[in-house]
Amino acid sequence: MAAAASMMPIFGHQISSKIDLVPDWSREEVSTGTTIMAVEYDGGVVIGADSRTTTGAYIANRVTDKLTRIHDRIYCCRSGSAADTQAIAEVVSYQLGFHSVELDEPPLVETAANLFRASCYRYREELMAGILVAGWDRRKGGQLYCVPIGGMLVRQPVAVGGSGSTYIYGFMDSNYKPGLNKDQCLELTASALSLAMERDGSSGGVIRLASISEDGVERRVILGDQLPRFSTH
Amino acid sequence: MEKHYTDSKVKGVSTGTTILAAIFDGGVVIGSDSRASIGGDYVSSKTINKVIQVHDRIFCCIAGSLADAQAVTKAAKSHLSFHSVQMESPPLVVAAASVLKDLCYKNKEELQAGFMTAGWDRKNGPQVYVVALGGMLLNQQVTIGGSGSTYIYGYVDAKYKPNMTREECVQFATNALALAMGRDNVSGGVVHLVVITEKGVEHVVVPGDKLPQFHDE
Repeated sequence: MAAAASMMPIFGHQISSKIDLVPDWSREEVSTGTTIMAVEYDGGVVIGADSRTTTGAYIANRVTDKLTRIHDRIYCCRSGSAADTQAIAEVVSYQLGFHSVELDEPPLVETAANLFRASCYRYREELMAGILVAGWDRRKGGQLYCVPIGGMLVRQPVAVGGSGSTYIYGFMDSNYKPGLNKDQCLELTASALSLAMERDGSSGGVIRLASISEDGVERRVILGDQLPRFSTH
Repeated sequence: MEKHYTDSKVKGVSTGTTILAAIFDGGVVIGSDSRASIGGDYVSSKTINKVIQVHDRIFCCIAGSLADAQAVTKAAKSHLSFHSVQMESPPLVVAAASVLKDLCYKNKEELQAGFMTAGWDRKNGPQVYVVALGGMLLNQQVTIGGSGSTYIYGYVDAKYKPNMTREECVQFATNALALAMGRDNVSGGVVHLVVITEKGVEHVVVPGDKLPQFHDE
């Protein structure tokens, strides 16, 4: 393609064969884009995501639910290929449900995270999936585990993921402190997701939030007109 | 990472950078990190100054290929000083930005650099202009650029307020650059800031150990 382009004059200028002047993403098909975030607090964990699924420039679903239930008090936030993450989540739900029946007690968040990691690592060449596993269990309380593309597993107090996450690393680094309570975590997550949705073309729609604790799972939605707004310039 | 490797094959040293300019009440702050790297693997300079003076109260910041940036700013400087002599008055900030824009647009095939121009002039006060890679010129209140800028879009959108005081703006710029340097491996070193007002120009350097630290450091 570079050779053909360099032979074709437009407006009297030779088109450059230096296609590296144009960023890669503009030449590739993007299957999904996302911003997901999760924050641990004392007694539980808050998770959040935007609601846009794209195929190229078309928004296939503008009200997607990317917060997927794996067990009663374990959820995952999905980013990457929609098909891949749905398939993995289904497999892990099944495995975890079976394991829980065998144990005759609620499963650990760390177990769920390890099941995700096992699938993501084994099939790392085929899959494109970045997942945040978050939940509450009796042993360690609220926990968040990050399973990024490639199949690494690491526990973090706060994590972001998806294409929109790059824009909010600075905001997250400066605004997160250990010891936040549930409402502060919800506010932090909503603000961060809103900022990312403003800047990332592949993230948008509504903000879906959930908080998971011993008492159960509370879900809420922040609609477009209620999104946190920042001074525009 | 791929892009940086390509940069080094085509253009040699690339700045891999974070640059920022922001207007406050009465002036403008322009700043950058100080790292120059080859392909993201080797830091060729820890203390390079990316804030370049093109006239008494007009500075610009470069992102992209270092060689291109230096060549273009040299040409722009001489253009501007000639223009200033012809006009018999200091050049407008928009004039400086336009000179850079012309050079970038006319040579867009060969060049691989983007510019940010900030300054103060008598007619319009403090201003910030950005010239993107292809030669587009935009006037903005606050702008960020370079590879490290992607990590601080959220922070800048949330924290920048128009009409801050000088101290607030310097703190904002230092924090933003420190956050970007914390996440981008091709940005780092010290923070160079230049504060431009009607009264004059002040250089502020924040060395590594005085940079703000965030919770996980």
